[in-house]
Amino acid sequence: MSIETISLSGRKKEVSNKKMTFLESLYLVAIAKGLWITLGHLFTRKVTIKYPEQTRELSPVYRGQHMLMRDEEGRERCTACGLCALSCPAEAITMKSEERKPEEKHLYREEKYASIYEINMLRCIFCGLCEEACPKQAIYLTKSRVMVKSNTNREDFIYGKEKLVMPLDMAIRNTQMQTAN
Amino acid sequence: MDQAIIIEKGIFIVVIFAITMLFAMYETLAERKIAAWFQDRIGPNRAGPGGILQPLADGLKLFSKEEFFPNTENRFLFIAGPAISMTTALMTSAVIPWGDKLSIFGRDVVLQATDINIGMLYVFGVLSVGVYGIMIGGWASNNKFSLMGAMRASSQMISYEVAMGLAIVSLVMMTESLSLGEIAAGQHSWRWNVLYQPVGFLIFLVCSFAETNRTPFDLAECEAELIGGYHTEYSSMKMGFYLFAEYASMFISSTILAILYFGAYNYPGMDWVESVIGSNGANIIGIIVLFAKICFFIFFYMWVRWTIPRFRYDQLMKLGWKMLIPLAIANIIVTGIIILLADQNL
Repeated sequence: MSIETISLSGRKKEVSNKKMTFLESLYLVAIAKGLWITLGHLFTRKVTIKYPEQTRELSPVYRGQHMLMRDEEGRERCTACGLCALSCPAEAITMKSEERKPEEKHLYREEKYASIYEINMLRCIFCGLCEEACPKQAIYLTKSRVMVKSNTNREDFIYGKEKLVMPLDMAIRNTQMQTAN
Repeated sequence: MDQAIIIEKGIFIVVIFAITMLFAMYETLAERKIAAWFQDRIGPNRAGPGGILQPLADGLKLFSKEEFFPNTENRFLFIAGPAISMTTALMTSAVIPWGDKLSIFGRDVVLQATDINIGMLYVFGVLSVGVYGIMIGGWASNNKFSLMGAMRASSQMISYEVAMGLAIVSLVMMTESLSLGEIAAGQHSWRWNVLYQPVGFLIFLVCSFAETNRTPFDLAECEAELIGGYHTEYSSMKMGFYLFAEYASMFISSTILAILYFGAYNYPGMDWVESVIGSNGANIIGIIVLFAKICFFIFFYMWVRWTIPRFRYDQLMKLGWKMLIPLAIANIIVTGIIILLADQNL
């Protein structure tokens, strides 16, 4: 088989400029065929997803809203090492670290913690590199179906700790389930 | 002429006007819905159940738009353009027979505004005036794209009117009448003209597409090249009038197709139905049948729109002058020979 005749996609077609026969030049047969094809589309399954009522099926490796995790004692895992910010290709993460005081031992697991932790949702591309970079398993991209809401104010898209840290009751529930197992 | 007939015709004309408007309104929805179905989408479904109120929303939107006038000296003509389009689109319905006689309160009510004996010529006359609406609108817009669109539209409509007229000549030779009422009545039960004049029907069908400026002959407004053609400069309800006139003329042209070639209000087995439920019942079924045919043709217009791409300008002219007109003339000659032979045998 020569290179001219091979067709990797199986859809290769020879173009020919041969003269049309009389019947072909009337186009009537071709038009009838075309009408038949479009008529078929009238009865095919519609692909539209009626958005607010229906939502798109998400893939099993879907990455949604970030969450800063707590450990089994409800303490924040993040130690503000900055590796997530470093790994972020969109430069969406900023943080400010602070030293833990003795009376805050029940709040933060490590001796250093993030006093400010912000992700700019306009910049984030949900690639998950922050999750991979994190040495403390502190940041995760959840499978949350909640999308970032549209807004006219840019400041509202910068999510701080109040939106990112795992809610306490969720941490309590997680710990209860783990001890039950 | 007694007063009753004036009241009767008055009511009838208002009803026909309302039906034409209603059809034109819901054609806009049907167009969008059917376009969506052909493209595997759902189409507008938010305004009312299944999008049934969409035309009202569209109309309301057009009314509330800014009334824009381009920098033109011909303000009067600018307004006259859409008005002429609308008027001519609606005028044709005067001679259309919507059904056979109905007897109401002992009166024979003819379901036709007026059965003039040159109905066919009247339709053609009004159709050719329709060109002016587009041409005047395009000219008064003071915009080269509008003018080019209008030129294309008018040259296309004038060219295809020739072939259309010739296609009708062979039909008239057969029916021996120019009155639409008689042509409709002559196609009793299954003797539809399309069976006797298939070539003539084909020519007429192609020409109606060209006359109504529908795809594949929508060169007048080809969005990609002419930014909307003759109605580029129009906004608000003047634009709405142009669009509405287009849909109204689509309805009327579907009606004429159904009446001339697809047996009007006649349907197979109408005599049997008449003997069972009486003539009034049979005639009402006839009206329903006519509207079913009209709806089919309207659907066909939309069906073709999503099947065949637009012609190039030279292809359009070639099809009109070099193919359809000779074909129509050949059809006249063949029809004449057959009528002559049939007469000699009898």
